[in-house]
Amino acid sequence: MSSYGRRLLLVTSATAIVCVAIGLYIGLYLTNVPGSVAATRVGPVTNLYLGTVPAAETTDPHPTWVSYYVVSPTSTNWQHKTTFELPAHSLVHVTVYQFDGQSGLRNPFISQATGTVGGTFQLNGKTTKAIDPDTASHVFAIPQIGLSVPLEGVADNAPNQCGNAPCSLSMAHYTISFTFRTPGKGLYRWQCFVPCAAGYMLGFGGPMQTVGYMDGFIKVV
Amino acid sequence: MSEVNHFRRVLLIWLVASVIATPLVIFVLAPIVPPGNGTVESSGQVTDNTVLFGLSTPIALAVIVWFLYAVIAFRERDTGGAVLDGPPLRGDARIQMWWVVITTTIVLFLAGYGSVRLLSDGAGGGQGPNPIAAPSQAKDPALQVQVIAQQWQFTYRFPGYGGVETQHLYIPAHTTIEFNVTSLDVIHSFWAFQLGVKADANPGENNIAYVTTKQPLTFNIRCAELCGVWHGYMFDTGHVVTKAQFAAWIAVQRAQFAPATRSLPPYSKSYFPDPQRLGG
Repeated sequence: MSSYGRRLLLVTSATAIVCVAIGLYIGLYLTNVPGSVAATRVGPVTNLYLGTVPAAETTDPHPTWVSYYVVSPTSTNWQHKTTFELPAHSLVHVTVYQFDGQSGLRNPFISQATGTVGGTFQLNGKTTKAIDPDTASHVFAIPQIGLSVPLEGVADNAPNQCGNAPCSLSMAHYTISFTFRTPGKGLYRWQCFVPCAAGYMLGFGGPMQTVGYMDGFIKVV
Repeated sequence: MSEVNHFRRVLLIWLVASVIATPLVIFVLAPIVPPGNGTVESSGQVTDNTVLFGLSTPIALAVIVWFLYAVIAFRERDTGGAVLDGPPLRGDARIQMWWVVITTTIVLFLAGYGSVRLLSDGAGGGQGPNPIAAPSQAKDPALQVQVIAQQWQFTYRFPGYGGVETQHLYIPAHTTIEFNVTSLDVIHSFWAFQLGVKADANPGENNIAYVTTKQPLTFNIRCAELCGVWHGYMFDTGHVVTKAQFAAWIAVQRAQFAPATRSLPPYSKSYFPDPQRLGG
């Protein structure tokens, strides 16, 4: 092969490799949608079980980040997904096993539940409308539909506290449950409103700014 | 053959184009340009846009007409192969004088017009904690509404109604509203598009913007300052309603959010850095 031919082959090959790399990067970026978990439906009500932990699994890329998980009714089978698939115009009963400590709300207004059926939620089985904003650990909120429920935090001196996920129900936790009605089909974001990202400025970096930890989507189908 | 007076030709074409286009822009295009006539301030912005459009149309036409004329009249013609240079350019004191006079007049007029308009009612913009352009409140005092921004939603507090805080914004028609805009974390911006209101929400600061509502309407609220991962979702829908509807709505809010209101700190112009709760 002549010198010109070799140079042509080299330039063509390099260009092709760069183009493929760019194409892969764009393709992966566009198709990289977090995996979703379909909630279980029993009769007219759909059930969604979640867990909140002070730190993700030790094998997680960010093992020190606070996070939500999808769990089973008995707090087993922990799945690190924050996109939940729910049926449209249906009642959804959400149960959150809350294992994290108290951070406190920056805006105490969010200490009251809104958007739930009856405007209330169950805190360890007791019906309530609001909690002390200073003892809040997290919030489960879907601002687009006005849903917001504060999650009570485990006291600092509570025994047998959970560190990293997964956590069992024998560990210190609160059980928060509520029911809300889903809107029409679409993608709705949810988020936590407690500045709970330890180690980040104002508590709103890291897991608060990364889909898959303290925020995600509700895929209403 | 007498030489063509290009300047006169261009002037004539520009005059005809301006006489046709300027009224069209002023009377047809400008009135439909956002933000509409929902409030006194948004109407003022439509008026301002109309003035600017009316002024800029002849200027834009002058540039376009001269450009097109030059492309056509001064294009290279077949000169038998030889590229001929044109006559040398000489300075013209009269043209320079008129250029300076006209451009200076336009710039000074716009500066004066803009200042007068801003000082008349603030034009719906945030004016900081000590506004110098408050609208006349001779009839009724302005209704104070605090806009509290945080990552990633707006909430609204009404100091005149027991300090109740609400998830959504309803304001009465035919009323002057004093928005006190602040933030609990990073910089946001309260942009109530159809109201003609835009004010930055800074932590620890009170940014006041005024608006005088007219008829009932629905308006969009968006954050206009890139504020984090969910900035694009930081929006809300607001409503201007009749005074009776507003009274009924605020009464419902006070009853519904009574538990949360008891937990709120006393009304303040800003809440940062106290209470400042950090992660952990």
